[in-house]
Amino acid sequence: MPPALANAPTLPERARRIRLHALRMGEVQGQGYIAQALGIADVLAVAYFHAMSFRAEDPAWEGRDRFLLSIGHYAIALYAALAEAGIVPVSELDTYGSDDSRLPMSGMAAYTPGMEITGGSLGQGLTVAVGMCLGLKRKASRSLVYTLLSDGELNEGATWEAAMSAAHWSLDNLVALVDVNQMQADGRSSSVLGFEPLAEKWRAFGWHAQRVDGNDIPSLVAAFDAARNATVAGPRVIICDTRMARGVPFLEAREKSHFLRVEPHEWADAIRLVEGAAP
Amino acid sequence: MTAAPRRATTSAMIASLAAEGQRTAPAPFGHALSRLAETDDRIVGMTADLGKYTDLHVFAERFPDRFYQMGMAEQLLMGAAAGMAREGFMPFATTYAVFASRRAYDFICMAIAEEHLPVRIVCALPGLTTGYGPSHQATEDLAIFRGMPGMTIIDPCDAHDIAGAVPAIAAHPGPVYMRLLRGNVPLVLDEYDYRFELGRAAMLRDGADVLVISSGIMTMRALEAAKLLEADRIGAAVLHSPTIKPLDTETILAAAARPGRLVVVAENHSEIGGLGEAVAALLLRHGHGPRFRQIALPDRFLDAGALPTLHDRYGISTTEVARRIREWL
Ligand SMILES: Cc1ncc(C[n+]2csc(CCOP(=O)(O)OP(=O)(O)O)c2C)c(N)n1
Ligand SMILES: [Mg+2]
Repeated sequence: MPPALANAPTLPERARRIRLHALRMGEVQGQGYIAQALGIADVLAVAYFHAMSFRAEDPAWEGRDRFLLSIGHYAIALYAALAEAGIVPVSELDTYGSDDSRLPMSGMAAYTPGMEITGGSLGQGLTVAVGMCLGLKRKASRSLVYTLLSDGELNEGATWEAAMSAAHWSLDNLVALVDVNQMQADGRSSSVLGFEPLAEKWRAFGWHAQRVDGNDIPSLVAAFDAARNATVAGPRVIICDTRMARGVPFLEAREKSHFLRVEPHEWADAIRLVEGAAP
Repeated sequence: MTAAPRRATTSAMIASLAAEGQRTAPAPFGHALSRLAETDDRIVGMTADLGKYTDLHVFAERFPDRFYQMGMAEQLLMGAAAGMAREGFMPFATTYAVFASRRAYDFICMAIAEEHLPVRIVCALPGLTTGYGPSHQATEDLAIFRGMPGMTIIDPCDAHDIAGAVPAIAAHPGPVYMRLLRGNVPLVLDEYDYRFELGRAAMLRDGADVLVISSGIMTMRALEAAKLLEADRIGAAVLHSPTIKPLDTETILAAAARPGRLVVVAENHSEIGGLGEAVAALLLRHGHGPRFRQIALPDRFLDAGALPTLHDRYGISTTEVARRIREWL
């Protein structure tokens, strides 16, 4: 965990700034998976500023907790968190998605400090996490592997191959975070491919499973603590029910789709709203 | 904060290939399939959470009870399409080219191709048609599927080609892999005396100095490049070969046999295992030895970025095609 400074920003403030960074990237590109970023900002704030150990000046520090972004299209959200964590300079965010930027629209390990894997071909992240957890255990490392997957990735068979494997190997150093935002490319997740009852499924696969409101920071803190401190053997999952576009009411109210359209002038409006929400 | 100035940005999933002002037709695949399905009730549409992004939503709206949303599960999609075909239906299964070729390969190979089932696999984002990076750039799909026995492979050029290809591949026995352009798709070939015939290459224009053999969007590029070259008094013939497998060996051999022409294959694909190497092997096997050059994507994982930037960078933009042909002549 980063040193607890007396004047360190609170978690809600971290989440607000993550939203702001993401909106500024969206404004520069004129597009981006902004609804996903706004929805997952609270989870990222708690992961990076409550739960995880890392060294901003040394993103490859061996003792760090790993954060795997399986969902490459959420890169805009992770860049925002990495900027807030001091791993990526805030001034670099306005290169997002531009030619030759270190911040491509889909997250790739070779491009960005702090980006552990190349995501985007969905359903691979949890399989890589299993191998990292096995490797960390071989090295007697105490680092944890956090893996963010989407509800869409629950459709992929490989996710459940990895889920079974993680339980088989008793990977208590693995924390999966599932963003249940009820959205996939073709529409509502439940209409694309139903996956409920979800917590029960993970439990049946041998996981320590919790389901929380992914936009409620106190609940998230409690869930991350419970996941890290659980004495049970085996992997842990936190299923996070999130609301797309959370934090920007006029976007939150809009009819949702996988790729939320934002009119050019609306970026500035959204930024002003989130700026105005400063404590 | 004031609005940032416009700059070249990564073309996301929604980008269109059409140049500004170019004629286009919307969702040619979705409309052609819907037309065909009116008269052939064996046809069903299946997708892996990419109906909207492969224009299959047009079919789904017209025939909701013949549309199967399989979820983002490409292996399941292909296995289930095989099962549908076994029961007498004709599935059109859609996803992105990367996910069919990479993730679902074994399912297509064993469940579909080995049993020679009439499944039509139709895949968006072929080659370098998105700036999203290697996860979505299907630079080796043709190489992968060329290695699969019995697989027919189609790489259409434009909306006109797609509209013609849909009924043709439906009428074809056995499995088909077709590359798809979706959304507002450029319309080019309707101005030529051309219509899609499975297994046939077509000479779109003649020229004395260079023969360009091309497929997919590279035919569009080749035709534009030929106009640029014309201004330099260079005659470029363009032979469009949308069927990658089986190749139209007769037409290609005849065209390449004409003496004195440089033969260039232009493809939106890795230089390994696509149309270029297929044509080169064909010529060699038949004892032809023309001067031969390849316009293709390099054997690397490509960059992310704006499509025009990347097409220039990797040599498949119109100006790059023309420049390189000039250089070779
Ligand atoms: C293996 C794979 N199949 C298909 C896609 C295309 N795709 C990109 S995002 C997406 C939706 C997946 O659901 P989710 O991540 O929950 O979407 P979101 O919540 O961002 O709308 C799909 C199908 C992909 N990237 N990878
Ligand atoms: Mg989702």
